[in-house]
Amino acid sequence: MSAEHETAQQGVTAGEYISHHLTFFNGTGAKQQALIDWSVLNYDTLFYSTALGVLTCLVLWLAARRATSGVPGRFQAAVELLVELVADQAKGLIHSAESRKFVAPLALTVFVWVFLMNAMDFLPLDVLPDLWRGVYGGMGHDAHQAFMRVVPTADINAALGMSITVLLICLYYNIKIKGIGGWAHELVSAPFGTSKNPVFALVLGVINFAMQIIEFVSKTLSHGMRLFGNMFAGELIFMLIALMGAAWTGWNVSSILLFAGHFVAGFAWAVFHILVVVLQAFIFMMLTLVYVGQAHEGH
Amino acid sequence: MNLNATLIAQLVVFFALVVFTMKFVWPPIVKALDERATKISDGLAAADKAKTDQALAEKKATELLRQARESAAELRSGADRQSAQIIDEARAEAVRIVALAREAAEQEAGSAAQHAKEALRDQVAALAVAGAERILRREINAQVHADLLANLKQELK
Repeated sequence: MSAEHETAQQGVTAGEYISHHLTFFNGTGAKQQALIDWSVLNYDTLFYSTALGVLTCLVLWLAARRATSGVPGRFQAAVELLVELVADQAKGLIHSAESRKFVAPLALTVFVWVFLMNAMDFLPLDVLPDLWRGVYGGMGHDAHQAFMRVVPTADINAALGMSITVLLICLYYNIKIKGIGGWAHELVSAPFGTSKNPVFALVLGVINFAMQIIEFVSKTLSHGMRLFGNMFAGELIFMLIALMGAAWTGWNVSSILLFAGHFVAGFAWAVFHILVVVLQAFIFMMLTLVYVGQAHEGH
Repeated sequence: MNLNATLIAQLVVFFALVVFTMKFVWPPIVKALDERATKISDGLAAADKAKTDQALAEKKATELLRQARESAAELRSGADRQSAQIIDEARAEAVRIVALAREAAEQEAGSAAQHAKEALRDQVAALAVAGAERILRREINAQVHADLLANLKQELK
């Protein structure tokens, strides 16, 4: 909480505090202004998501390396529990054993990785940004520009990046399972069917194709936005809660009450957030499986 | 919420992670799980088999025990019968031997008594003659006395 005191003492307003915490470290030293700018890279998102991805792989790999068919230790049992959970869900949703060889590991990666990225929310809000401020300032840069966001899934780029990966995998399986012709036929004939009459067939084809495109876009958007929205909202609420503690002005009644409020609300939200973090990771994984499963089935 | 190149980077990272998991994480764990499942089902089957085997063995053991008991009882009764027979035979033999011995002894005793009697008779006659000689030395009528003694000897027979 020292960080919040500091910011309050430095005379940062609540709005400035929050907008500072909502700005990515992207190398430009400022918030990205354009809605879409492909020349900008959010280094913080990239760093934390890659680091957590490597951690995910490392942990899973450690378990896999020592996996024996004998009596498992607690660590192995925990990882096996995860694998079984994912494998069961994959079996229920994807009926091709060949595809499961790729999709089940995909789902496992997604689940663990997204869970870890979401769980960055539990770190005290100011710890990593404050450290970064020290390092960045120490390197001779302007400490006011030391932006840092530690929850990669609260970045729309990360969430959409993953959902677009899933979309690409869906497209791949659509073509692989149904063939280019079969899939093209499905694009213009589902969901409303087609007609023997060429005029009606053309009209229906256009409508069907439009529906299919809308379906793909909406699936991908909702897939990514659901995760992003939940994590962004969760992070924002942690920031609002942190403002209560940041309003400390000394040993007076209102400061003490706000401090108590900070503690109670922060505790309650963190406990609730445990549910959100796991649930969102699970939902993201399940939707991945559902979408890939749908790519296997004709309409 | 601004889109930028992070999206593309995230896509690449995601794909790399998935490939890693697919290559190095998933197969060994799933293999271990499957192997353990087979092991457990094998173990359960073996346990079942052992249980039925044990029941069978117990049955067999009871049967063997029963047979052994039966044959032992048979042996014992046979032995009893045989020993009784042997005792009976021995008893009969003993009786026979005793009877034989008694007969022989009686015979022997009878002949010995006869011999003794005869010897005694001779000696008595001689003794009587000697005694009579001594008594009658003085009044010698040997002829009379000899007749007398012959008569007596005759009577003693």
